[in-house]
Parts: sequence; structure tokens; C-alpha cells
Amino acid sequence: MTTAVLFDNVSRHFGAVRAVDRVNLSIAEGEFFAMLGPSGSGKTTCLRLMAGFEQPTAGHIEIFGETAEGVPPYRRSVNTVFQDYALFPHLSILDNVAYGLMVKGIGREERRKAAEDALAMVKLPSYGARRPGQLSGGQRQRVALARALVNKPKVLLLDEPLGALDLKLREQMQEELKSLQKSLGITFVFVTHDQGEALSMADRIAVFNEGRIQQLGRPEDVYNRPTTRFVADFVGSSNVLSAKLCQRLGLKTASASLRPESVAIAPAADGALSLSGVVAGRSFLGATNRIVVDVDGNRIAVASPAAQSVPAMGTPVTISFAARDLHPMEDA
Amino acid sequence: MRSEKINRVPLGLKIAAAAGLAFMHLPILLIFLYAFTTEEKTYQFPPPGLTTQWFAVAWNRPDVWAALTLSVKVAAIATAAALVLGTLCAAAVSQTRFFGRETVSLLIILPIALPGIITGIALRSAFSIADIPFSFWTIVLGHATFCIVVVYNNAVARFRRISGSLVEASMDLGADGFQTFRYVILPNIGTALLAGGMLAFALSFDEVIVTTFTAGQQSTLPIWMLEELIRPRQRPVTNVVAMIVVIVTFLPILGAYYLTRDGDQIAGAGK
Repeated sequence: MTTAVLFDNVSRHFGAVRAVDRVNLSIAEGEFFAMLGPSGSGKTTCLRLMAGFEQPTAGHIEIFGETAEGVPPYRRSVNTVFQDYALFPHLSILDNVAYGLMVKGIGREERRKAAEDALAMVKLPSYGARRPGQLSGGQRQRVALARALVNKPKVLLLDEPLGALDLKLREQMQEELKSLQKSLGITFVFVTHDQGEALSMADRIAVFNEGRIQQLGRPEDVYNRPTTRFVADFVGSSNVLSAKLCQRLGLKTASASLRPESVAIAPAADGALSLSGVVAGRSFLGATNRIVVDVDGNRIAVASPAAQSVPAMGTPVTISFAARDLHPMEDA
Repeated sequence: MRSEKINRVPLGLKIAAAAGLAFMHLPILLIFLYAFTTEEKTYQFPPPGLTTQWFAVAWNRPDVWAALTLSVKVAAIATAAALVLGTLCAAAVSQTRFFGRETVSLLIILPIALPGIITGIALRSAFSIADIPFSFWTIVLGHATFCIVVVYNNAVARFRRISGSLVEASMDLGADGFQTFRYVILPNIGTALLAGGMLAFALSFDEVIVTTFTAGQQSTLPIWMLEELIRPRQRPVTNVVAMIVVIVTFLPILGAYYLTRDGDQIAGAGK
């Protein structure tokens, strides 16, 4: 399998700020790779390093085996879908999409044809004559996608492309992006702060915090087996069990993570672990109720199906979970 | 809604506003009127008679033509220099961050905030210290100092509205620096530059103070008019020329006003 993007100990410092700090990653050709993290975690800087808008302070970057340091953005075989779409306001939609071909000196007729095909691919076939200002946010997003894809990049970089869309449209675009990526076979590198988006779309996820990769793996692994407290908290708000509780449950690690949906308010069945506490908070989330149980000062969230009755505040309850749902973690 | 708003304005305010406008604009109309008078020596009101002969007289006077050509040349060259330098300054200040950026920005605007007489004296002493003889080019230099400001102000406002990611998007799509300037930046700042250039031309065309300090023997049109008023000879000719100056400077300013107004809509459309 060919490596599309390789980061070898890459750092990017802005003065004293370590935006990206010794990052190693290797993205395979044809992969849908997500970089997930809160704002300021370095994920966007990593994307800009791939695009060529930033140069690494230290380390080495390769794109399809070629050294990327010092290569300006206009000589890289990558294209970007910008967070604010960055459509050219003075050009028609068709000219926007054809821009990359125009600056490469491709003939008028050929680039018009290619741009129309690209617009058809993103389901905006008859919008070529309009201006960016006449399009909705979702439509502009599709144009930005067509404008990047028409250049047949080897890697497509997407910088929070769904951030500005409403929930319904975002879910629809997630599916479309995923199927587009599968049918084109292009490597997608996707930056997002939305863990649901990363989990549902990506083949692999790198979770960023403070310029470093906290965990890199398949969505299932990152979600179910967070290796650091930060990942446990950021990806789907796992419960983090203190050393004391771990000890009581027979674990030797400093801490462990436990998914709220793995916990039930019920006495332990055969082989399951259990803890007792009192109900300290409840909120209705639609499909589930979120119940917070206080176990000797540790607050453990339980995702209980909405159909089940919710115990009143202060009620003593027993919570139980399977031993395999308890995942030991590296840090405290 | 709109007419209601207008009707609520008290009568006194309306009269005051009309009086204010009249105070500013009636004298200009008087200039126009005296361009047609038959009285040559004094501004007698009402004019004893009306004639268009002064247009022909003005047309045939070589000193009018010399002053006019000089003014047009100076304004054109000063504007051209200002367009290049002002745009570059605006691009640097708005698109990049560097040490002393705010100071540079202030220093560029300063010449228009300073009284013209300061600029004039400063340039005059600088020219004599450097042993530069007063010439056509010293006038151009003097005018360029404030023309740059006008272009800069227009361009910087427009540059700030261009999202930085537009330039990045262009580079990302394969355009080098020159192509990005040609296909993305220039179309977006074009109207601002035209407006700035027109204003700069108009400012240069009727500048008196800085010109007095930086000109040698040449007289630009405004200087010529000033001299004519002091030593009257065929007085209405001055009025004819004044009328032409009003028209020549008013048209570009009007054009600049409409261009920047439309430009707002174009540049804002993508947002």
C-alpha cells in the first residue's frame, strides 16, 4: 500500500507556541483520514502543512514519496476545501470551478466541459452561470468541493467543511462525502472538532490535543478503548474511573475508561462488575436519559434507554457493567 | 415608512439645511454666471450683459493652455505613481503582519492629515538641502505624497474585505503569485483603485499650497488662476477656466462615488 502523506517528527512552532509538536503519522492512499481535536489543538496547522501554507519548524513531510518542505502550494498535487469555502466572489460558479484548470493553461472548451462534469458530480449541474453570493451555504460547500476535485488531486484536504451547515444538511453531506470518496478513490484528509463526524466518516482518526496526537486508530478503537484521559473525555465523554475505584474493581492501572452506554442501572448479573451509589443528576437527551450516579465522590454517567424509568434524585442505586467494557488507560 | 420619516422633520431644520447648502453652492453658481458677463474689470452685480465671447478668448490664450497641460501632466503622473505605491503599501499592511505595521500605516496617512503648508515647507527645505532644482518633477513628488494616501485608503479598505483564504485558495488551485494578483486580487480591488485614482487626480489637479512651495517657474492651473485674480486682465477668462476646473474635478469624484458604492455590493456578495 502506498503512503499518501507521511509526517516524520514534524513540528511547527509560532514563537513560543508549539502548534504542532513532534507529530508522526502515515496516511495510506485511498484512506479517509480524520484529524479530530478541539480548536487550537494543531489539527488545522497539520492540514496547512500538507497544503503548503505552512512550513515545518522541524521534521520531514512527504506527499506520495516526494519531499514537501519548500514546495509552494501551487506545485503540490493536493487541493483544499476551505472552512469558509473561499469561493471567488467576482467569478461565476463555472469559472470558480474551472479556475484551477484555467491557471494551468487548459483550453476554454475543455475546462468548461470538465467544470460542468464536476458540478454534475456534486449535484449542481445547472448552477454554472450564478455567482457565489446567490448560493446557499450547502450549495457553496458543494461548489468548493467541485472546484478542488476538478483538478484531480492525489490528496483532498477538507478543513471543517461541514462546520457552517445545519444538522440535517451536515448528516446528508457526511454520507455524500463518504460515498464520493469511495467512488473516486482519492485520499481524503478531514479536519473536524465534531467527534460524531469523525467517527461516522473516517477509516482512521487521529485525536489531537496541544499539538500532539493523543491517539491514532480506527473509530471503534478510539471510541471504545481511549488510551488517554483526554481522548476518553473528548470522544463521546467516557467516564474516567479514578485509581481508587480501579483498585476496588480489581484493576492495577492508574485509571480506566467506561462508556456511559455500557453501564446499566441494575444489580450485577453473572460475571459483571457493580458499584453502588446515589442518583446525583438526570437529564433527558431524546433517545436516552443521562443519569449521573455518585459513587463515593466519583460521578459516573449512565446512558439509560428513554423507555426505562428514571430513579428520583438521591435514590440509592446499583450500577453494573461487563468487565470487558472497562478499559485501562495510560495516564491518570 | 420612508416618506413618514421625511415628513417628521421640522420645518426649521429643513430651512437651516437649505440655507447651509445654498451658502456652500451659490458662490459656485456666481462663478459660472460671471463667466458670461460683459464687464471685464469688476464683479458688478447684476452683470450688465451676457456673452459667450470669453470662451473663445480663453481658448486662444496660450498661458491657459500651458497651465492646463502642466496640471493634467502632473496629476496624471502623480496618480500613476500613487496607484502603484499605494496599492503595494495597502497590500503589505493588510495582508501581512510585521513589526511596526501600525506605525507604517500611520506614517502613510500622515501627509493628508498634516496641513499642506507643512508638507510644502518640509519638501521645499528638503529639496534645497539636497540641491534638487525645482522642476516639473518636484511638483509631481509633492503631489504624490498626498495622492498615495488617497489610493492607499481606498485600497486598504478593500483589501481588508478580501478574505485571506481567497489568496490561499488561488495558490492551492495552482496559481502562482502573479496569476493570483491578476485573476483574484486585481478584479476584487479594481473599482477601489479606480475610485482612489480619480480622487487622487482631482486632488492633484486643484492643489495650490504644496505646489506653491515645490514649483519653480511653472504655474499649474490653480496657481495661474490665483495670479490672474491678483493682476486682472480679461477677468471673466478666469471664471471660464474655473468653470472647467469644477467640471473636470467634479466628474471623476462623482464617478468614484458611484464606483465605490457599486463595489460594496460586488465585494460583499460572496460573504
